Amino acid sequence: MKNMMEVKGLTFTYSGANEASLVDVTLPVEKNKVTALIGPSGCGKSTLLRGMNRIHDLYPGHTYEGVINLLNTDGKSYTNILDIKKEAELIRLRQRVGMIFQKPTPFPMTIFENIAYGLRLSGIKNKADLKDIVEQSLRDAALWNEAKDRLDHDARGLSGGQQQRLCIARAIALKPEVILFDEPTSALDPISTLAIEEMISVLREKYSICIVTHNMQQAARISDFTGFMYLGEMIEYDQTDTIFMKPSKKQTEDYISGRFG
Amino acid sequence: MRLILNRIFLIFSTFAALVGLFFLGWILFTLCVKGLSGLSLDVFTKDLINGGLRNVIVGQMMMSGVATMIGIPVGILAGIYLQEYGGNSKTTEFIRDLSDVMMSAPSIVVGTFVYAIVVVPTGHTTGWAGVLALFILMVPIIVRTTDDMLKLVPIELREAGIAIGASKYHVTMNIVVRYAKAGILTGILLAFARVVGETAPLIYTSGSSEFWSTDLTDTFPSLTVSIYNLATMPDDNLVQLGWTGAFLLTAMVLIINLLGRYSGKKKRS
Repeated sequence: MKNMMEVKGLTFTYSGANEASLVDVTLPVEKNKVTALIGPSGCGKSTLLRGMNRIHDLYPGHTYEGVINLLNTDGKSYTNILDIKKEAELIRLRQRVGMIFQKPTPFPMTIFENIAYGLRLSGIKNKADLKDIVEQSLRDAALWNEAKDRLDHDARGLSGGQQQRLCIARAIALKPEVILFDEPTSALDPISTLAIEEMISVLREKYSICIVTHNMQQAARISDFTGFMYLGEMIEYDQTDTIFMKPSKKQTEDYISGRFG
Repeated sequence: MRLILNRIFLIFSTFAALVGLFFLGWILFTLCVKGLSGLSLDVFTKDLINGGLRNVIVGQMMMSGVATMIGIPVGILAGIYLQEYGGNSKTTEFIRDLSDVMMSAPSIVVGTFVYAIVVVPTGHTTGWAGVLALFILMVPIIVRTTDDMLKLVPIELREAGIAIGASKYHVTMNIVVRYAKAGILTGILLAFARVVGETAPLIYTSGSSEFWSTDLTDTFPSLTVSIYNLATMPDDNLVQLGWTGAFLLTAMVLIINLLGRYSGKKKRS
C-alpha cells in the first residue's frame, strides 16, 4: 500500500452554492512523500485540502460526493473518511491528519501549553510524558533551541516564523500520519520560509505530506508529486519533475510558464 | 476655500468639545468642593442613622455585586451562544437586537417593571428586588460586549483548535474565550460601573434603609437612593452627607471605569 490517502472522484459543494467547487477530483497522497497542489487562486486546492481532514464540517451544509480513503493503522485496508458521522471519530481523524494554516495560529497560552493542550485532549495526562513529547516535538520542528528557556512564556510573543514552527510542533506532537499544509509560508519572510521548507523535507521521513502552495518554485523544490488544479478540476497529476519539465496538458504548461494565473 | 472650511469646522468642533468638558469639569469641581468638606472617618464607620454612610455603601456594593455574580455567567453564556453556536439564524439576530434595545432601555422602566412583578405581589421592598432590577440592566451589556469580543477572535484560531482534535466545546472554552478574556473582563467592569451608580431601578425595589443590613430579603440600604433622599432633607448636615455620598459614588464609578479602560488597553499592546 503505497498510498496513505486516496481522493477518488470527489465532488464538493459549499453550503448554499449552486455550482460544485470541486468536480470529480482524484488525488493520491503517497506514503512518506510530499505531494504539492498548485493552481491559480480559486481553483479549489485549499477546498480539497480542507476536505481531507473534514475541517469543512465545522460549518454545516456542505456536501461531499465520492471517496476519500485513509489507510488504516493495520496498513492493509482503507476507511472512507466521508463515512464518518460521529463527532468523536472526526476528532480522531483530525488527530491522524494534522493541518497547518496559512497564518500562524498560536493559542492564547504558553509555548508549553500550546503543544500539551492537544496531547491532553488525546488522553496523555502524565506530566513527565507531556514534557518529553513537548521537547521532542519542538526539536523536530527546529524550535527547541530558541524556545527551551521560555516555555512558560505566552506563545504570541514568538516571531511569525517561530509561531508557524510552533504550530508544526503542535501538529506533530500528536503523531499524525498525514500533515496537510495550507500555504504555510505565504505569510512569512524568505528566511523563515527556508526554515519551514527544510523542515518539510525532513518531516517526509516520518509523515506523508500534502501541501498547497501559490509558489511554484516552492512546489518544485520540496515536492515529489504535484497536482495542477484549475476551476475545481484536477487537470494533471504526476511526478513533480514531469509536471515542471514535460507537462502533458497545455493548461499545465501555460500555468507553470507563467502565461496565466 | 477648502482650507477655510477646514478651519471653521475645526473651530466649531473644538468649541463643542470645550463646552462638554467645561460642564464635566464644573460637575466634578462642585462635587469635590461640596463633598470633600464632609469627608471624615465617621462617614465610613457609622451607619446612616448615626450620620455616616457605611451601611448604604456596603448595601450598594452588595446589591451590585450579587447582580454581577449572577449576570456574569448568564451574560457570557448568552454571548457565547450568539457568536459560537447561533450562526446567522433569525433567533440569533432577534436576541442580538433585543439586547441592543434592552441596553438603551430607561432604567426607571426596569425599576417599575420589577416593582410590578416582585414588590407589589410580595408587598414590600427587598434587596433581592433591587438585585433583580440591576441584573436586568447589566445582562444585555455583558451579552453584547462578549458577543463583540468573540467576533474579534480570528476564525483561523477556531479552525486550528478543531484541527488538533479539540471539540467545539473545548475550542470555545479553552481557546476562543481565553483569547477574548481581557475584552470580556472590560465589558464586565463597565457593566458593573453602569449599574453601581443607578438610582431609578432601586427607588421602588430595594428602597433604602438607615440601618445596617446584609439581609437581602428585606428593605435594603442603598447609597444612590439615600443620596436622593438626603438631598431633599431640611437638615443641612444631612444635605452635606448627601454631597459626600455623591462624591464617593462618582469617585467609585470613575475608578472602575478607569480600571476597565486600563485592562482593555493592556490587551491591545
